Amino acid sequence: MAVKTYPKEKLLKLYHDLLLTRQFEQRLSILYRQGKIVGGLYLSRGQEAIPVATCQHLRKDDFISPVHRDLGAFLVKGMDPGVLMAQILAKQTGPSKGKDSFLHAGSKELGIIPPTSILASTIPIAAGVAFGFKIRGEDRVAVSYFGEGGSNRGDFHEGLNFAGLHKPPLVLICENNKYAYSTPVEKEMAICCVAYRAESYGFEGLIVDGNDALAVYDTMEYAVNKAREGGGPTLIECMTYRISGHSEHDEAKYQPPEEKEIWKRRDPIENFRKYLTDRGQLDESEDQRIQTQIAQTLDKAVAFAEQSPYPPPEDALRHVFANEEPKYGDRHHI
Amino acid sequence: MPEITMVEAVRQAMKEEMERDETVVVLGEDVGEYGGAFKATEGLFQQFGEYRVIDTPISESVIVGVALGMAIIGFRPVAEIQFADFITCGFDMIVNQTATLRYRTAGDMHAPMVIRAPSAAGVHGGLYHSQSPEAWFAHTPGIKVVVPSTAYDAKGLLKAAIRDEDPVVFFEPKYLYRRAKDEVPEQEFVVPLGKAKLLQEGGDVTVVTYGSMAPLCRNAVKTLEEEEDLSIELIDLRTIMPLDKDLIYESAKKTNRVVLVYEDHKTLGIGAEIAALLADELFEYLDAPIARVASPDTHIPYSPPLEEFYLPKKEDVIAAVHRVIEY
Ligand SMILES: Cc1ncc(C[n+]2csc(CCOP(=O)(O)OP(=O)(O)O)c2C)c(N)n1
Repeated sequence: MAVKTYPKEKLLKLYHDLLLTRQFEQRLSILYRQGKIVGGLYLSRGQEAIPVATCQHLRKDDFISPVHRDLGAFLVKGMDPGVLMAQILAKQTGPSKGKDSFLHAGSKELGIIPPTSILASTIPIAAGVAFGFKIRGEDRVAVSYFGEGGSNRGDFHEGLNFAGLHKPPLVLICENNKYAYSTPVEKEMAICCVAYRAESYGFEGLIVDGNDALAVYDTMEYAVNKAREGGGPTLIECMTYRISGHSEHDEAKYQPPEEKEIWKRRDPIENFRKYLTDRGQLDESEDQRIQTQIAQTLDKAVAFAEQSPYPPPEDALRHVFANEEPKYGDRHHI
Repeated sequence: MPEITMVEAVRQAMKEEMERDETVVVLGEDVGEYGGAFKATEGLFQQFGEYRVIDTPISESVIVGVALGMAIIGFRPVAEIQFADFITCGFDMIVNQTATLRYRTAGDMHAPMVIRAPSAAGVHGGLYHSQSPEAWFAHTPGIKVVVPSTAYDAKGLLKAAIRDEDPVVFFEPKYLYRRAKDEVPEQEFVVPLGKAKLLQEGGDVTVVTYGSMAPLCRNAVKTLEEEEDLSIELIDLRTIMPLDKDLIYESAKKTNRVVLVYEDHKTLGIGAEIAALLADELFEYLDAPIARVASPDTHIPYSPPLEEFYLPKKEDVIAAVHRVIEY
């Protein structure tokens, strides 16, 4: 069998996007410790390959429905790093203009459905987007991300049942990182794999090493092509691990250190860098050039976000309805 | 008497009730070994084991539904919803399944269970970690609704809720979890459901509040009394449903002026019901329209200036008191 080859620029783009995501999060971690992020911070360290590699195959007019560990998806889908940073710092220049927290940011233009905190709610919504594409005869796809924990909610099952019935161009990406907050996967479900659930709703479920950026990339390529060609939904379960706590304030004492060590050695970015250098696709100076470029992008993004103003207080009342005339009950002080 | 925080009071209530009655079980997301997102169940798993402190999958309809099933056959479950906002995911189980059980079986079955949930804003939780959903449940017959404002009340009310024969939805204002600290006796006590607390007596105006707004009202009342020589009667409802009408009426008859303060959105909140009751049953005693201080009918925003704008402030309470006095 012929070994698959990839155009160099695609490999380097993937590498760049992975690094950008990790370094973006490293900046966030610093900002958090400086008290500049007023809410919670949920990082994807060790899992970056999943949102980043899957989004490589999407066009601007495709839709994604990301969740809290998909920062990379926002970046690859085209959200400006400064704008995303401003969102996280609760500034006026973020997509939600300070209304909502962290990654709860969307963009119609970029095809990003803003996440909410209601786990698995994204699935029926993304199924609806995909269904709409199908009935309009468009070759666009919708991609929904979720954790294995969220897949235990009714919304997951109801969404998959609908997707199985109508076979819309939907790709479901399960990020199985073995933990839902403190709860290990064995305490959440009686089967080992979320992918098994797809079959009972009438479509294909695949399992892939979520720490192998190219494996994720290839599997997604298959699912996206299939969806575009009318082949219906696919569930891709990406096996990975949550290297840090659930959020920055969680010390995660429940994660055995040996387990963490094993997975640290399976770092998706380090391994991909090694893959590239071993094959002569990346040398020291190229790597340096990419790193410098990312550092500059992030310096700019942080400066933009920090210099952006907070929203004016009265904006709390805006965007509740289309007609922004003050309504009955909209003020507590008369 | 030792001083403890509200979250510690909640924990003690569960621990003591579990020791007293082996049918009491706790269930919810991460409540086991981890001790809960806010550490309200810390240590219970180690003491009582996995069949009394039950970690569940992320499935609020399972949390409430399983609690209901267990309650039907004689357990007294205390279910934790990680944040009150996610109670919507178990809404059907509460409103259609749990609340109706006694009624639809003509008393043959009932559901002695508690659904605890950290609620309300003030900690930059954003849209999905800040809501005050008590009115949704107060509107539903068949369930009791509790919102404590002190550690003492939280402990006593939770113990009463666990012993109650009806389902109780118990909202704990998370802003107060570690800020509300008071002396809580080590001896056994309960605070009965359905009884409001007279925080202080006064003659000029009655201020009725509950939950996260109670400390803010205490503060406003203090300022009014010190700076303006006014005498204010302050009532903490503690239980939203059933409402302690007697205490509210008694006070309104005495002061003839009423200000209602609550954190939830103003429209169709708890204040609307109390104002309607007073207008209906006590009209002749009122010397001024009833004032409501609450949050605007917008979602609960994240960014600090927005959230600050959103939440009722001490000055709003003072202004409302002036308004009913100067009418
Ligand atoms: C409906 C609902 N219930 C509970 C929560 C609280 N919560 C937030 S994240 C989380 C764990 C999520 O686990 P998983 O879906 O596996 O994603 P991961 O965080 O591991 O990426 C929980 C319980 C929530 N956000 N939504």
